[in-house]
Amino acid sequence: MKPDIDASFFEKNLSKTLQTKELFIKGLLNFFALISIGVTVGIVYILSVEAFLFFSGGEVSILEFFSSIQWQPVIKKFGILPLLNSTLMTSLIAMLVAGPLGIFAAIYMSEYASNKFKAKVKPILEILAGIPTIVYGYFALTFITPFLKNIFGNDIVDVYNTASAGIAMGILIFPMIASMSEDALSAVPIGLKQAAYGLGATKLEVSTGIVLPAAVSGIMAAFIVGLSRAVGETMIVALAAGAGSNFTFNPFKSAETMTGYIARISGGDIGYDTVDYNSIFAIGIFLFFITLVLNIVSQKIIQRYREIYD
Amino acid sequence: MDKLRKRKNVISRIIFQTATIAGIFALSILLFSIINEAFGYVIFVNENSPADIYDSDKNLNDADEDELIAILEQNLSKGLIRRFNFEKPFAERDVKNILELVMVEVVNPEIVKAWSLTSSIFGRKKILDTLAQDYPTGNLEFRSWLTLKFLFAPQSSIPEKTGIITALSGSLLLLLIAIILAFPLGVGTAIYMEEYAKQNRLNSLIQLNIYNLAGIPSIIYGMLGLAVFVRFLEPITSGQIFTTTVNNTANGRTILSAGLTLGLLILPIIIINAQEAIRAVPKSLKFSSYGLGATKWQTIWHHIIPYSMDRILTGSILAVSRALGETAPLIVIGASTFVAQKPNSIFSKFTALPIQIYQWTARPQPEFRKVAAAAIIVLLVLLLTLNAGAVLLRNHHNQKKKG
Repeated sequence: MKPDIDASFFEKNLSKTLQTKELFIKGLLNFFALISIGVTVGIVYILSVEAFLFFSGGEVSILEFFSSIQWQPVIKKFGILPLLNSTLMTSLIAMLVAGPLGIFAAIYMSEYASNKFKAKVKPILEILAGIPTIVYGYFALTFITPFLKNIFGNDIVDVYNTASAGIAMGILIFPMIASMSEDALSAVPIGLKQAAYGLGATKLEVSTGIVLPAAVSGIMAAFIVGLSRAVGETMIVALAAGAGSNFTFNPFKSAETMTGYIARISGGDIGYDTVDYNSIFAIGIFLFFITLVLNIVSQKIIQRYREIYD
Repeated sequence: MDKLRKRKNVISRIIFQTATIAGIFALSILLFSIINEAFGYVIFVNENSPADIYDSDKNLNDADEDELIAILEQNLSKGLIRRFNFEKPFAERDVKNILELVMVEVVNPEIVKAWSLTSSIFGRKKILDTLAQDYPTGNLEFRSWLTLKFLFAPQSSIPEKTGIITALSGSLLLLLIAIILAFPLGVGTAIYMEEYAKQNRLNSLIQLNIYNLAGIPSIIYGMLGLAVFVRFLEPITSGQIFTTTVNNTANGRTILSAGLTLGLLILPIIIINAQEAIRAVPKSLKFSSYGLGATKWQTIWHHIIPYSMDRILTGSILAVSRALGETAPLIVIGASTFVAQKPNSIFSKFTALPIQIYQWTARPQPEFRKVAAAAIIVLLVLLLTLNAGAVLLRNHHNQKKKG
């Protein structure tokens, strides 16, 4: 980010054409960099304008939007709680799957596994983290749901349900949490560990008593990034969680999430400036702010723990 | 060391190891379940059995041209025969071609039931029972849903005839547009941030913003694309301002709109990767160039970019593989549900490989699940190829720098 030497000192001696060329290129690249700001501004602007139209249309007030437990656009009921509830449910189930698995795997890889094992497993995790989410959606619908039906009974588990979507999502974010946590664990200075071993601690005591607490901020950051990923995840819930909002805490019932609703409504041909069209932007801006806050928090945490050991 | 501590240590080790293996196991099941669906027994039922339309003790495959044409004339309407003759006269067709016509138009085998790979292997007896009881006229066949025909056939509403060529060419065009937009923009931004930007508030805002862009859910990019490219820029993205003859039903929901949206989506990934690549260039290289009197841009163009190019490319390949699998933004932008023809320009309606998989999976007929599994295998093979390319490039780079 910081240029180490400033070439502008020499540039005074350059020919006019060369000077203009240098200036022009610098300006062009600066413009390119500003475009990325433009993308964010564009997203915020578009989401807020359409969301404003939604709330000023007279169909629904902001208070009702956040308090009503009914989302039935057909009868003009727009309460986000059922959608938010199922988003939180799928994300929570995902974290219950990916959290423990990810952190245990990270401890194993950083503290127990041989370098050979680690060198084999890490690239596998990286490649698997790159599998498109649509594939996980297919897996949820064709494998996890029948599996749950076999265990809990055909009547209890719906064809579309939040449990199946959540489990698939958990498998999706497992490699990410494992990989990020492993980075955090490996960054703990070896001196700390050696001191503990020197005092006669077992491997478990070193891992959970020394390394884990020292890396806790990095692991927290990994969890938050994973959560943000789960909240914004679309294809798995669009395929496996079901269509139609449903305010339920039963993970075996069908319930549409925020992203699932956006995908379903925009997938059909909707007219511009209708309530349906504007409603997806109202949900969109809410989703945007949730993920933005989660991302910023995780970045702050990462920055902090970098400062401690650097 | 006392016993309890020792035992705890061993048990915890087993738990950690199990978790690692369980995670990898879950991912292997995922891959297995897809392969499991893509191959297996199917039961065909013929609309007209070959024995009825041809001599019952001879094989249809042995029939000569005249016999086959006779079969066609017996079973098809005159209009249809005339159409086939118009497309290509029967006299010019060879036996193989006419046989295929007979198979498709007259025999018309249809899949009525399909099994997965595991039930084909372990439940053969049950399958044979079903065949004997429910479909006495049916033929059992072991089928791979992933065939060459599947790769090169256009979309169709019949599962055994459908293919992915429209989706594949759509995906290819989307990626092309995305990379044309994002690569120069991303690398340019990275150069600015690493080589030009002074440490001030605006530039640290830009940097923070780039990291945040990478974390925004892809469906939000889809909404941006819907509002900006599809709606606001419709005259451009539907090609109306370029042609006077408005012959377009896409309403801005075109390959161009979708490609640009994917371009914005991968932009932060390309920037971050390119920044890391440029940061890895040795300072000495830069200083020697300055020392010889080169200007800033000359140094960047002749030394920094060539030195970091393979790493920039590696990052960009990974970004492209991300774009290849993205589904949600394309749904929001409005991928078409049925596109039977290959896209002929960037202003065509579009479908893409992941969209196709989504639509096939969402259909109620179980046969389409098999088709979706075959398409997923194609998608994963493409991704694996891209990733392998990136890894090879990285290794090549490492060797070069060492040697």
